[in-house]
Order: sequence, then C-alpha cells, then structure tokens
Amino acid sequence: MKIIRWLVIVVYFSVAVMPLAWLAITSFKLKEDTISPTAKFIPVASKIESPDGSDTSVLFTASTDAYRRLGAVNIGSDYSFFHYLANSLIIGALSALSAVGLGTACAYGFSRFRIAGAKDWLFFILSTRFLPPLAVVVPVFMMYRQFNLQNTHVGLILLYTSFNLSLSVWLMKGFIDDIPRAYEDAALVDGYSRLQAFWRIIVPHAATGMAVTAVFCLISALNEYGFAMALNSSRAVTVPVYFAGLQGNISGVPWPQVAAGALVFVVPVAVFTVLVRKHLLRGVTFGTIKQ
Amino acid sequence: MSFLQLQQLKKTFADGTEAVKGVDLSIDEGEFIVLLGPSGCGKTTTLRMVAGLEAPSDGRVIIAGQDVTRLRPAQRDVGFVFQFYALYPHMTVEQNIAFTLESTGAARRECRERVADVSRVMGLGALLRRYPRQLSGGDQQRVALARAVVRRPKVYLMDEPLGTLDADKRLEMREFIRSRQQEMKVTTIYVTHDQEEAMSLADRVVVMHEGMICQAGPPTEVYDDPASLFVARFVGSPGMNFIPGSVVADDGQRFFVPHQSQARMPLGRDVRPGPVTLGVRPEYVYPSSDGPIAGSVVMDEYQGNFRSIHIDTGFAHNLVMRAGDADARAVGESIRLSFNAEHTRFFDGNTGQRL
Ligand SMILES: Nc1ncnc2c1ncn2[C@@H]1O[C@H](COP(=O)(O)OP(=O)(O)O)[C@@H](O)[C@H]1O
Ligand SMILES: [Mg+2]
Repeated sequence: MKIIRWLVIVVYFSVAVMPLAWLAITSFKLKEDTISPTAKFIPVASKIESPDGSDTSVLFTASTDAYRRLGAVNIGSDYSFFHYLANSLIIGALSALSAVGLGTACAYGFSRFRIAGAKDWLFFILSTRFLPPLAVVVPVFMMYRQFNLQNTHVGLILLYTSFNLSLSVWLMKGFIDDIPRAYEDAALVDGYSRLQAFWRIIVPHAATGMAVTAVFCLISALNEYGFAMALNSSRAVTVPVYFAGLQGNISGVPWPQVAAGALVFVVPVAVFTVLVRKHLLRGVTFGTIKQ
Repeated sequence: MSFLQLQQLKKTFADGTEAVKGVDLSIDEGEFIVLLGPSGCGKTTTLRMVAGLEAPSDGRVIIAGQDVTRLRPAQRDVGFVFQFYALYPHMTVEQNIAFTLESTGAARRECRERVADVSRVMGLGALLRRYPRQLSGGDQQRVALARAVVRRPKVYLMDEPLGTLDADKRLEMREFIRSRQQEMKVTTIYVTHDQEEAMSLADRVVVMHEGMICQAGPPTEVYDDPASLFVARFVGSPGMNFIPGSVVADDGQRFFVPHQSQARMPLGRDVRPGPVTLGVRPEYVYPSSDGPIAGSVVMDEYQGNFRSIHIDTGFAHNLVMRAGDADARAVGESIRLSFNAEHTRFFDGNTGQRL
C-alpha cells in the first residue's frame, strides 16, 4: 500500500516537473542545441563535435548566455525582456492587491452583517466565473477603445481585478467566517469603532488568508494571455504576449532566452506557493477543512 | 433615580427566537447584580443588549440618566468579560490589557503604568510577554478580568466569567471579583447559571426564566421567599422539597392534603382551597416520632459537613431531609417526618406562582 502510494507520487511528480525541468535545461543551451533533431539533456563544459558533422549526441554545451542576453532587445521588439517583466509584475501585483482589498471588504460585509438576499448575491458573484472570459473579449475591446484604456496598465489592472474579485470574495469569506466574532465584540466594547476593529482585529487574523488569495490572483493575472494580447500592442505588453510575439522573429525564436525568461517569471511564484501550501489548501476548499 | 435601567427590553432574533421577552430592571450605582437562570434563558442576550452588541427589538437601556439604546458599544463606556475569554490571540498579555486603554487615547506611559499596576494586583507579572495560547485556562480568564478592571467603566458586564475554571480557582476568583468590585464601586451585572455563585456574590439576585425576570431581590429573599415554583426549584442545593396536593376546608379549618394521601397538615396561614404545591427546604424537615409523614430511607448522601437523606414517602417525589454529618441512616430504615408550618411555602398548583 505504502509502495503504491509512493509510486503514484513519484510518477505524478516526474510528469509535473518535466516541463519545468526541460525549461531549466533549455535555458542553459545555445540556440543551435535547442533546435537539434536529437533531444539533448546532458550538460557538459564543452561539447566535442563529431567528425562527420552529424549531431546525434545527447550532450550540449552549458552556457549562461541566455540569461546574460535577457537584457538585450530582440529584433522586432521595442524593449528587452525586463521591460515586459516589469509590466507583468506591476499589473499582476496591483490587480492582485486591489482584488484582495475589495474582496476582503466585501467578504467582511457578507460575513458579519445581515444582508438581504446574501446567498443570491454571493451566488451572483461566483457566477461571473461561469462565463468563459473570451466570450466578452469583443465588448470589452469596444469599451476599452471608447475609454482609451487600450495599451494602458490601468486597463489590464481593472480587468484582472474584476476577473479575480469573485474568487477573492469567496476565499476571503471562508477565512473571515473562521474568525470568532467575540474578538470584534471585545474590541467594540473596548471603545473601538467597527472600522478600527476591522483594521486591528480582522486584518491581522485574515493576513494569511489575504496572502493566499493574493497568490491565486497574482498567478491568474500573470498567466492571462487572451485579453493582454487583444487589448495591447505596445505599452502594457506582458510577458506571455511578448514571448508569443517572438514566434514571428525574423532570426528564429530565441528559445534559450524564452526559457530563461519563463523561468525567471515562474520560479518566484512557485517558491512562494510552496511556502504557503498549507494555507492554499484551506483556501481552495473555501475554509471547509479546519486544521 | 437608579443608575442603570432596563425598560421593557425585548429581543426577537431573525429566526423568530424570542430570547428576551420584556425585562424591566433598575440598578443602583455600585450595586452588584447577578443574573441567574438556566442555560438558554436569555442572560447573555440581555447582557449583550446592555453592552450594545445586540440591538434590542424593543425597550430602552439607560445608563447614568442617558438613553444609550441607540449608541454604539464604544460610546457606552462598559467593560465586558466574555463567557469564552475573548483574548486577542495575536497580542501578548500586556498588549491585550493595554488594548482597552489605548482606545481612550491614554498616553503610552500611563497605559504601561496601569497595565503594570493591574498585573501586579492580579499576579500576572510573569505572564506579560506571553501569548494567550501559552496560558492555562485559568490564567487566560484572569487576563480577561484584568482587561475589564484596568479601565474604570460606568458598568461591568460579566458573562459567566468563571464557567471554564476548576472549582478551587473558581472560589479564589470569586473572592477576587467581589473584593475588587466593592473597592471600585462599579455597577456590575454578573451572569451565571450557578446559584451558589449567585448567592455568594450578589447584592441582588435576578432570576430569569424563558426570557423573563421571575424574581429580583437580595439572596436571602430569593432563598426564603421564592416568588414561584421555578425560583424555589432553581435556588438552593439540595433543592426545596415539593409536595403536590390540595388545600381542603373542613369544619371551618383549612388543611393541606398531599395527593394520594390521607395525611393532614396544618397550613400555618390562610391559603385559598384548591390545588397547590407545598414547598419546604430540606433543612426544615426533621425526624419526629409523631410526625404526619411516614416513609423509608432510599439514599443517604454524605456531603462532608452535612447529609442529604432521601426518603420515599409515597408522594410524587422523594423528600430530602438535611441531617448532621454524624446522623447516618440505613437504607430501608423507616422514619416519620415533620416540619413547622411557618417554614412551608405554597405555590399555585396550576401556575406555580407563590400563594
Ligand atoms: N444570534 C442568535 N440567533 C438566534 N437565536 C439566538 C441567538 N443567540 C441566542 N439565541 C437563542 O436565544 C436564547 C437565549 O440565549 P442566551 O441569551 O445565549 O441564553 P443564556 O446566556 O441564558 O444561556 C436561546 O434559546 C438561544 O438559542
Ligand atoms: Mg450565556
């Protein structure tokens, strides 16, 4: 039984980690090794060329060239990778912050006050996630043109905030429901106002929940591709759109750089996710699992 | 003019539960009131309405001449000790106690001094840097009390503050609360379902039942002159003996006759004929060879300084007699009992109200 369990975990882990591992390997290659017909996965300091020029070895020359060249501007783009990374981070972080902020305030209201039709409102909020986002691309596109929000950071921040708000409200409601009311009651009779009690009692208690929710929102904002592409051609281009745009690059896709960039993009999120994994689980079950 | 007044206070919850059905109470300044009643009778709800944590469905709360019914808890200047110690888990003991002072805008140094004062008096000095989860239940409760007494609010409200403590700690804390309250002279409403606690603490005991006050009076009055069968049953341990029966008139004289019995007992005073319940406390029941009640011992409960002898008399319930600790009885022993008419209390057989 134990062996089977371990087997399942090991197999699953290998499959899950495979793309990341390949990404890491690719990021240390030179470009010609990434497009060789033979898959190369063993790094060496310097590869020996075979005499007949055919390249069937699985060895490749390890190089940090790709990382060094992340700062360079590729042919056909206006900026280097870091510019787009900054776009992604600004948009991701600000949209996550506002989604968590608004979501926490809203969830607090639903959790602590009697609201007419609270269940229906909550369902309505959740139901906004039932719609495939791409179904609203055209109307959003038209609105954004009207309001001059195309090619702006604010445009994407607004969009991602509204996409993530429903998730945020639901997650935060689960976390806030778990905080006993007695704490606030005590603060209220101790002479604090509702708002002060919220800041001094609820926010410290909900902090891990807010961090977890922020991670979810951040990941979904960083990953988003469809709207980012449809609404942007210049200023607020994000990393996924930038990488996709390299497809048409006249000198071929610079795969090692793409891999290196993707890794820089993904690793911090992955590390943080591992750090808060315990709370993440509680988040996705909407607080139904009590520790 | 009394200091704290509850006028026709009512609370019906959204789900239709009528938790409090019209409570009228006038409390003098500095008085120690104990709200006593079984679990679910509306004590906590009443207290929360006084604090402003629950909005009354009807009625008014008046503190020091000011109608505070519509005021927020922060504006009422009350101190609340919760049933389940509501210490803030993310703050140390010191921060917990200081938190209630900070809201008043007291200077940081003054806060520290007063926290130090209170923790010295309450023996919390060594715990100031700890977090609530690192404290025992008793210590947490002491911190909760310290939080309340570090301020000097107009009114203290305490909701079963000792309910979670062990018996010995409970006595100690009871003493502390009483002496502290007498020292500070702060008007206090203290909630408990423990009648012994109520008797030992209160200036006035207020007995509640199903959302209403059945009796309010000094402990001796509640004990000796219970206003209803409910109060008589709830107050005192072992509880009062009840004998259902009726008052009959014969030859111009009235007697009490227990159900299913021929025994005639003198009334000692005028009671209207009809169904009644006679009540007599165990300490007034005594063995007497020519007593009107015959029975046999079914249990002898040794209680340290006295004994409760349970006697099957053929009435609806066994009678309990309080006897000296050396006065042991064998189970099955037959015995005749008596009590003086002046110690009997009569309750309406239908409504349970005192006659
Ligand atoms: N928030 C609430 N919603 C509905 N019913 C409640 C609520 N709080 C208390 N009750 C009910 O009101 C009654 C009185 O409760 P409570 O005041 O807590 O009693 P006590 O403190 O005397 O044990 C109980 O029947 C309880 O179930
Ligand atoms: Mg209660």
